[in-house]
This record gives sequence, structure tokens and C-alpha cells, in this order.
Amino acid sequence: MASDTIALGIADPDARPIGERLHDWVVTVDHKKLGILYILYSLFMLVIGGVEATIMRIQLIVPHNHFVSPQVFNRMFTMHGTTMIFFVAMPILFGFGTYLIPLMIGTRDMAFPRLNAFSFWMTAFGGLLLYFSFIGGNGLYGAGNAPDVGWFAYAPLTSRAFSPGHSTDFWTLALLVSGIGSIGTAVNFITTILCMRCPGMTLGKMPLLAWLNLVTGGLVILAVSPLTAAQIMLSIDRYLGGHFFDTQAGGAAVLWMHFFWIFGHPEVYVLIIPCFAFASEIIPVFSRKPIFGYPVMVGATVAIGFISMSVWAHHMFTVGMSSYGNAFFTATTMVIAVPTGIKIFNWIGTMWGGKIQFRAPMLFCIAFLFQFLIAGLTGIMLGASPFNWQLSNSYFVVAHFHYVIVGGILFTVFGAFYYWFPKMSGRMYNDALAKWHFWLFLIGFHLTFDFMHIPGMLGMPRRIYTYEPGRGWDIWNLIITIGVFFQIAGVLVFVGNLLWSLLKGEPAGNDPWDAWTLEWSTTSPPPDYNFAKIPVVESRRPLWDIKHPEDPDWKYE
Amino acid sequence: MSSATLARSSNESAWALPSRGRVGMFSLIAAESAVFTIFVVAHIYYIGKSLSGPTPKDLLELPIFSTVCLLSSSLTIHLAVRALRKAKVGVFGLWWFLTMALGAIFLVATGREWQHLIYEKGFTISTNLFGTTYYSLVGLHAFHVTVGLLAIALAMIFTLLGKVKPEHSERLDVFSLYWHFVDVVWVIVFTVVYVIGR
Ligand code: HEM
Ligand SMILES: [Cu+2]
Repeated sequence: MASDTIALGIADPDARPIGERLHDWVVTVDHKKLGILYILYSLFMLVIGGVEATIMRIQLIVPHNHFVSPQVFNRMFTMHGTTMIFFVAMPILFGFGTYLIPLMIGTRDMAFPRLNAFSFWMTAFGGLLLYFSFIGGNGLYGAGNAPDVGWFAYAPLTSRAFSPGHSTDFWTLALLVSGIGSIGTAVNFITTILCMRCPGMTLGKMPLLAWLNLVTGGLVILAVSPLTAAQIMLSIDRYLGGHFFDTQAGGAAVLWMHFFWIFGHPEVYVLIIPCFAFASEIIPVFSRKPIFGYPVMVGATVAIGFISMSVWAHHMFTVGMSSYGNAFFTATTMVIAVPTGIKIFNWIGTMWGGKIQFRAPMLFCIAFLFQFLIAGLTGIMLGASPFNWQLSNSYFVVAHFHYVIVGGILFTVFGAFYYWFPKMSGRMYNDALAKWHFWLFLIGFHLTFDFMHIPGMLGMPRRIYTYEPGRGWDIWNLIITIGVFFQIAGVLVFVGNLLWSLLKGEPAGNDPWDAWTLEWSTTSPPPDYNFAKIPVVESRRPLWDIKHPEDPDWKYE
Repeated sequence: MSSATLARSSNESAWALPSRGRVGMFSLIAAESAVFTIFVVAHIYYIGKSLSGPTPKDLLELPIFSTVCLLSSSLTIHLAVRALRKAKVGVFGLWWFLTMALGAIFLVATGREWQHLIYEKGFTISTNLFGTTYYSLVGLHAFHVTVGLLAIALAMIFTLLGKVKPEHSERLDVFSLYWHFVDVVWVIVFTVVYVIGR
């Protein structure tokens, strides 16, 4: 919270008492403040999730280690996964969306500002519930505190018999509550984008960021709702003695798997599509070229949205489905790679022949391109059911999805952070520190996650708290853990840069990147009302049109 | 430079976007549909899978009367909003009250069905698999009816206080979308629980 007030101190020169200014942040319905609250909240949770990951990696650095007990290890991977997906990745992306969408479509706020505040506080409350389990999870049973059922919480492990105490209740309630917040945000995104665009901004002239967040909103609605329903069922089982997932009474554990992954796979696209959006804004600006293939980008994103609803059981090949099921979900998984590949070609096409400027946001986006490509390739490998039977539940899977989540999502989020930080704070970040951050994190990432594929292929299962020496896993685990410390160093530089720049950064001006979308036409940070006069646009790059009246875009679109 | 106005043309007058209320409500309905879909799938999947009795055939009777009431409330809410749009506030109040009454009858009927099942038949949510899916699906729907009824009651109070004006018809129209949705869901729940499930 302390950095809130710092940010405000710059934004807002009138010196009112600090209590009053904090109060402003708590009761705010302004999309910019809520966006920043989302981002700060997620960064805080990122640190917590990172500590949990570090604990796991220290435990695994050598065989037969005794850094933590098996029980604590189980809690760590459960809390780490749940935290990172639901309380870091989702809210940070919602935060950027909340902050940027109204600015980029030329309006003064979201469609439903109070719903916006409600959604943020629901999400925040969900995280609080999850972490309260460390204190309140024991219940009367003296049975473990924090949840330890894994982030997908398979039945029947979640039943009262196997998870006594309250820890699993906290897990399910936290996701129920934050899920309601996410659905509220999605409703708000969709409505804002469809109903609040400034005059002239037809759907075909929206910035890609708006388009991609529209698709994300639709996916959140279709994906998070089933999860919410499944959590209600789990609560009924645990509190009211229901039998949804109770195999003793005829219930089916596999049904939970289906419900979870019907959420789970679309969810990964909920996370990556906003990152595609960042890349689609940042790459053109630093290549000094308009995005290559705008309509194809939109079409590919919509296609991904639809196909992503039909691949979920590729997480369940090892459960034993019919051969038709295996064939179907293998095929859909292959198909979804096509629109994804199209997008990669479009970004490369944008860079092709451009005057590329290797600023920090661009560096992160270029790394994203390579890493996301590799992650997609291991995804396709895992999507082939025979291959999957060999490697499911191994460290190969862990390497695959961290390649996407860290190498794809986190890298673009860092890129977006550097790109829009000047707008949000009014100050430039320190370029040298940003480059240090980039290289440290890049090295750490590759040390950790490149080498993680190998013990996976050598048969090391995920979620084991220790292992025997002499299976050929030792050296790889050592390297993996060493990489973690590089990543930590990178993040520390990042946080340091953030604080330093907030206080001492050069003033950024309205438009430090010579960019083209509407958020750069207003002051940094923008005033409460965003635009003194609602803009009117005629092309996808309104600021280009202003800066180049002799050669405006609308002649060609 | 706080606005990006361009001089080429001013087509501001022709600029019309969809109504926020309707888009927001349709998005919410999409989310709610997904929630109900999962519950309906679970119910269908578990038909006949209970390991012990009683079965739906032993317990359920078709709730024809309450179904007719709920479905006709869709018509009355439509007529109410139409009357308000034409500035006939009195007629509006009448139809609105009827909507509320019909919704309340439905809820009371569900309550009596549950009372019968619980107190006379000893059939609860934990009795067997059927009990779990039956009470949660019907209960989820009844919860939505309750929320709708609270909103209707609130608007009724405002009507009695004379605060409801024709310019509010747009909002009540958006709300009526929710009410129609709850009715459509009931048609599905009715079919799945009382017809197919029996
Ligand atoms: C778009 C970003 C992506 C993200 C965020 C992501 C994330 C994940 C996650 C979290 C898991 C593991 C779930 C678990 O078991 O805990 C996973 C597994 C898997 N992913 Fe991805 N993934 C992405 C893209 C892809 C792509 C493009 C493909 C294939 C075309 C793919 C195919 C798979 C398969 C087949 C598995 C199942 C492996 C197994 O459990 O045996 N993924 N992914
Ligand atoms: Cu998947």
C-alpha cells in the first residue's frame, strides 16, 4: 500500500492528509486507480507465490534433502499454483485491461464503475481467504493448515474423509469468491468495449488490445462460470454431505476432472490472450510499422477462443478415455496450434523490414516470441496422446506450462509494465536497470525451465518432495534451482527500478514512445476524466493521423 | 493536446452504440447459463446412478401449477414494461404486482414440495446422489427466483412511493431479460428433473 501513496504523490500535487488519500484509494471507482490496485495486489502476490516456489526448489536442490517436510511441500505446490494462476496472472492482466481499455477506446471510465470496484475487492478478498487458511485452516481436527490438494484439487482427495479440517474449504471458497469477481470484470470488459467506444472507432478500428480483451472477456464468462459451478458442488459435498464427487455413493471423481479442465484449458488462453494483446501493441511501436495483418489477428484470436473450448480433455489422457476421446482431443489440440502459429507469423511480419528499437518492452516481447514458440511445440508434443501417456505428470509437463506462463505471460507482462509505466506514473523507468532485469531474468528463466524438460523425460514425476540420488536427475535439479536465484535477482532489480523511478525517474511527457493509440494523447498520468474532450478517430492509429496529416492512415484502411 | 480530434468529417451525430444495460445483462446471462449447464450436465449424468433409494419416481410429482404461474409471469412483466413505456404508471403497477405475486406463488410451491420431501419422506440433499443433484439444481434455480423477486419487490416499493417514471422503463426492461432467463431455465430444469429424470 505504501507505493500507492507514492504514486499518488506524483499524480496529485495537492497535499492532503495521508489518511484521506488512502481512503480515496479504498473507495475509488476510477478505472485507473482500480487498475493500479489490481497490479499492485498481483505484484504483492507474485512475491508470495515466488517465495513458495523458492521453498520447493530449495527442497529439491539435492536428493534426500530435509529443508521442509512432505506435508509442507504439498501445501507449497498447492498454494503456489493457486496463487499464481488466480491471484497473480488473472488480476494483473485484469489490472492492465481495466487501466488501458477506457483510455485506448477514448472514453472516461468503464461501463460499470461500481461493478469494477466490486470485482477488484472480491478478487482481493478471495486471496485473503486463501491465505487466511494458514491461520484458520486447522479447524478442530488439528489437521494441516493451508490447502494441500494440488491446484486442480482432484476428487476424492478433497472429500471430508481425506481432507479433514478447513484448509480445502478455504481453497474452494477463495476460488468461488474470486471467480465471481472475475465474471464481473469480464462483463465489464465486454460492455465497455462494445458500448463505450469514442466516435469513429468502429470494431474494425479498435486497437488490437481492445479486441483481444473482448475475446478474453468472452472466454472468462464461458470458462470461469463452470469452475464457479464446480466449486459450489464441492462446497455442497463438504458442508451439506452431498455426493457429487463421492465415489462411495455413486458419484464420479472423473466428473470433477472434466469440470475443472473445462475451466482449466480455456483459462490458459484467458491468460495468454491479453499477453498477445500487449505484444500486438508493443511490437509495432518499436518496429515503427503498423501491425501486420490486423484482420487476420482478430480472426485468429476469435478462432482460438472457440477452439480452446474443445481441447480440455488433453489434460486427462492418462485417466483412460475411449480411443475416440483420445483421437478427438488430440486432433483439437493440434488444430488450436494453427491460429496460434498464424499470430506468431504476424508479429514477425510486423518486425520484418521495420526499424527495430531494442527498448526494454521490445526486448521482453522478442523473448516472448521465441519462448512462446517453444512452449507451443512442447504443448503439441503433449497433445499427442501416446506421447502424453509417457510424460504426463512428469517434470516435462511442469517445464511446458512454465515455459508458457513464465516465458510467455510473465515476460510480456514485464514488457507491458515498462511500456505503460511512464503513462501510469508520469515518469520514465531507468533503462539500465531494466536491461539488467531483462538479462538476469532471461538467464534465470532458461537455466530453470530449459533444463527442467530433461529430468521430466528421464522419468521424474512432478509433486514429489524428494528423490533418490543416482537416477540422473541430480545435476538437472541443481541447475534448475540455481536458475531460480537469477530470476529472484531479476525481480529484485525490477522492484528496485520501480521504486527508484517512481521517486526519481525523468518526467515522461505524454508520448515517450512516439506511439499511435489514444492513451498517449492525454497527460501522464491521465487526469481523472481521461480526456478533456472525447476524441474522434478515423483509423486504427489516430495519433499517427494527427502527427502525419499529409499521409493519414484512413486513406488506406 | 488532450483530444485527438480530426478535421476530416464530423460523423458524431450518426454514432450509435448498443445499450450498456442490455449488453451487460446478456453477458451476465451467458455466465449464468454456463453455471446452469454444469449443474444440468451433472444431473443428467447421474440419472439412475444412485446406489440407494428413493428414486425420482417414488418422490416427484409434476409441479404443473407453479410452472404455469412462473411462465405466465414472463408475460405479465412484459406487459408491465410496455405499459410503463407508454407512461401508464398505474397499469404498470398492476402488472408488476401480478408478476411479483406469480413469482411468490412459485417459490411457495417449491418450498412446500421441499417441506413434503424433507419432513414427510425424510429425503434430503445427503440421502443419495439423486438428492444431491435434485436439491442443488432446483435450489440454484429457486435462488435465482428469490434474487429476482427481491429486485421486483424493490421496484414495487418505489412504484408505491410514486418514484417510478416512464424514463425508468429502459432499466426495468433490462431487468425483465433476467426474469425471462430465469423462466427459460425453469423450462429446462422441469424437463430434466421432472420429465427425463423420472
Ligand atoms: C497458451 C498458453 C498455455 C498455457 C498457459 C498452458 C498451460 C498449461 C498448464 C498449466 C498445464 C498443466 C496443467 C497441470 O497438469 O497442472 C498444461 C498442460 C498441457 N498443455 Fe499447455 N498451456 C498453453 C498452451 C498450450 C498449447 C498451445 C498446447 C498444444 C497445442 C498445450 C498442450 C498442453 C497439453 C497436451 C497439456 C497436458 C499435459 C499433461 O498433463 O499430460 N498447451 N498447459
Ligand atoms: Cu490445456
